[in-house]
Amino acid sequence: MTHRHHRTLVARALARVEGEGAMYVLVSGGRVAEVRLDIYEPPRFFEAFLRGRAFTEPPDITARVCGICPVAYQTSACQAIEDACGVELDGPLADLRRLLYCGEWISSHALHIYMLHAPDFLGYPGVVEMAAEHREVVERGLALRSAGNAIMQLLGGRSIHPVNVRVGGFYRAPSPSELAPLARQLRGALPLAIDTVRWVGGLDFPDFTCPHELLALADPGRYPIERGTLATSGDLAFTAAEFEQHVVEEQVPHSTALHARLAGNGLNGNGRYLTGPLARYTLNSGSLPPVAAQAAAEAGLGPQCRNPFRSIIVRAVEIVCAIEEALRLIEGYRRPARPAVAVTARAATGYGASEAPRGVLYHRYAIDADGTIASARIVPPTSQNQRAIEDDLRRFVADRLDFDDERLTHACEQAIRNYDPCISCATHFLDLRIDRR
Amino acid sequence: MTAPSAVARRAVVIGVGNEFRRDDAAGPTVVARLARQVPASVTMAVSDGEPTRMIEAWAGVPLAIVVDAVRAEPAVPGRLHRLVLDHPPIGPGGAVSSHGLGLDEAIGLGRALDRMPGRLIVHAVEAGDLTQGTGLTPAVAAVIGTLAAAVLCDLRS
Repeated sequence: MTHRHHRTLVARALARVEGEGAMYVLVSGGRVAEVRLDIYEPPRFFEAFLRGRAFTEPPDITARVCGICPVAYQTSACQAIEDACGVELDGPLADLRRLLYCGEWISSHALHIYMLHAPDFLGYPGVVEMAAEHREVVERGLALRSAGNAIMQLLGGRSIHPVNVRVGGFYRAPSPSELAPLARQLRGALPLAIDTVRWVGGLDFPDFTCPHELLALADPGRYPIERGTLATSGDLAFTAAEFEQHVVEEQVPHSTALHARLAGNGLNGNGRYLTGPLARYTLNSGSLPPVAAQAAAEAGLGPQCRNPFRSIIVRAVEIVCAIEEALRLIEGYRRPARPAVAVTARAATGYGASEAPRGVLYHRYAIDADGTIASARIVPPTSQNQRAIEDDLRRFVADRLDFDDERLTHACEQAIRNYDPCISCATHFLDLRIDRR
Repeated sequence: MTAPSAVARRAVVIGVGNEFRRDDAAGPTVVARLARQVPASVTMAVSDGEPTRMIEAWAGVPLAIVVDAVRAEPAVPGRLHRLVLDHPPIGPGGAVSSHGLGLDEAIGLGRALDRMPGRLIVHAVEAGDLTQGTGLTPAVAAVIGTLAAAVLCDLRS
């Protein structure tokens, strides 16, 4: 370590985030002068190579954007194309879509809580070291992830990049008897999920509040997962079709991922907003199903949560919610007459939004009369959150400048993992560099 | 992961990789090549290498064979390595998977939780190109047959 006001820290890789990139912190004269998420992974041009493809292809193509949340991509894509073609799913097909999405929530959140995030709180470098001393805890995480994967396996055909999803529904709808073993597994997983909420609720959390405007879907009468309209903590309410009137994406020099801000700069006048578990929970905690609501209350969450470190509790509550919802959907399931409704192409533009585990995922497609995609737009949650993450890090570092280099680096890494950033989606992450001058 | 049933499996072959990342497709390509050449007691699976899925696939199986593309420095694209668990040990200092959460984490976690196969054999091929796109480089494509034969040999031994 050099002089406290003028020093440089380099961490070669920030582990346990999805993807690759870098973070740069400049401390000058004892003050945090700059914080940047440097996302340098080359853009993957999904929006460009979707042009000219058939309107039936985006669910399979965009699922490849991310190995952790492919169902989110498939769902937002299907919704947007169905919207363009004047189709809306209901009944058992809509239920199956929500059920599949529940599987992804369970799987993704269990992965993040147990494999990526918990080691930070318990002081382990990773889950392997944590498993050596907390075997039963990690076993619980694996059982939950397995339950989520089982849903994706059964409904999606496989748990990575499911192949059974199509515009208008599915290629094959399961029989109720096929869902029975799944229900048994989920009933066994529910107490594990409740135990998870209790366990993470007892962790120690730094006192930290994010002041950003929050953006999440709202789905009257239920917790938003696979559909809904958009709402913000600043009382904005709009449909997916109006998304681009309210959210503006901008290129910044240090990132290959676009930065998003609220048009008109939102409630706080800076355009920064946050999407993801904190936003979902704060805007929709009243819509949680009963067991999840009780678990949240017992963990002391209250109706709002604005501490990013406590997002681990929200994710745990959302696992309970997803299992509860999955069980409800399976119980009421009747096999549809057809696994998909017919969707006929027409010249139109359609819009779709769903709640990926990391936040709102927006798709827009313009389709020609012959079904060819004329243009595509995808706004993933991590690119929406970049500005808020940078701002939170700026304040987080400013309060911890007395930390030595190693401790500060670790604290920054932990703070970044609060957001479960998926740079694979936004484009990849992460080396950490702190300049102190 | 194409999830295998836990019933009476003698062996599992797991091809780790992404077919849209050039040579990273080596593992899945070998699995596809062998799909009709192995007995029913052998489960063929493709995975992104994520540890929990790997553990789920191999836990309690007498023999697990993993085929994966690896980064090496300096790299000799197409060079093959065969590693048997504990001989030599696999760790951060050696060849590691091209994935963020890799095979070393899967093995570490499997060990910590007693969820390892009876025997784990890793066939690794040094990659020449892991950028975006489909198609193996000639150096890696040239050894797919050799790799497949080596896996069959391990299954028969």
